[in-house]
Amino acid sequence: MKLSVFVPLAVMIAIGVGLGLGLTNDPRTLPSALVDKPLPDFDLPPVRAEERGFKHGDVKGEVALINIFASWCVSCRVEHPTLMRLADERRIPIYGVDWRDKREDGAAWLTAFGDPFKLVGEDQNSKLAIELGVTGAPETYVIDQTGRIRYKQIGPITEDVWTQVIEPLILALEDEAAS
Amino acid sequence: MKANLLGAIVIVFATLASLDAGAVLPDEVLTNPVLEARARAISKELRCVVCQNQSIDDSNAPLARDMRILVRERLVSGDTDRQVKDYLVERYGNFVLLRPPVQADTLFLWLGPAIFLLTAFGGFALYLRKSKNQQVITAPAPLSDEEEAQLQRANEDAA
Repeated sequence: MKLSVFVPLAVMIAIGVGLGLGLTNDPRTLPSALVDKPLPDFDLPPVRAEERGFKHGDVKGEVALINIFASWCVSCRVEHPTLMRLADERRIPIYGVDWRDKREDGAAWLTAFGDPFKLVGEDQNSKLAIELGVTGAPETYVIDQTGRIRYKQIGPITEDVWTQVIEPLILALEDEAAS
Repeated sequence: MKANLLGAIVIVFATLASLDAGAVLPDEVLTNPVLEARARAISKELRCVVCQNQSIDDSNAPLARDMRILVRERLVSGDTDRQVKDYLVERYGNFVLLRPPVQADTLFLWLGPAIFLLTAFGGFALYLRKSKNQQVITAPAPLSDEEEAQLQRANEDAA
């Protein structure tokens, strides 16, 4: 039998394998276009009237997290205990952006579940969210001491994500700052 | 009477057809019709990043609405269509464009189908030429004496 008989089969298998690998890609995880770019300018009003909100100049000279959350966001509750723990341990400053939320709902959410944030601002019309390329909540940005975005976590920071991805990154960034 | 009814139906359908407003809400629409038309055209090319395969013009998602408003704000402030799209590409990457640009890493995406088609046509042409060569009909060999005799007998039996 001639070998050329197997060409169509080989082509089919190659296409099948290629498409099969394509299926393992998660369409929700997008590479961030903003990694290594400086944090955009913003000035967000407060969620709770008695506070002062959150603006660009607040994040300065330190490794920090900016967390996009909302009271309507179910998976934000999943990561919330982790954020609370990090805040209790004073591990790293965490700033909150209450995205596309009613001010009173955001405030009630923070009262009900606890407030892990150093400062919180609200972004009702997605101004900052679009600047940051937000595609959903929760999302967390790791900012280095020079004010650059170094990593974007799409989805909740679970304990696994913290220990395997974010904490090693933060340690590396702190080393970078020290040297 | 009948003609009136028919006319009314035509008008209703014509109106419905022209009301292709996508997901654009009345409060988003710009007063300047030229800018609004540009905004609509741009919005149709931009992906709603929370719903994967809809344009922001079609999507009811809150973020899509905010992006439509942003597109309009930038147009009003004097941006060109190109600048508006670039602004979003800078933040969301090429993913935000429903039609990916032709560049080195998307070349296969654009040329792939043509390559496949040409390969298939080439293969088919080869196949046709091959089978044509095989079809050369050689005249059958004349009957042998023995066969001639058999034929003779068969004819006689039939008669």
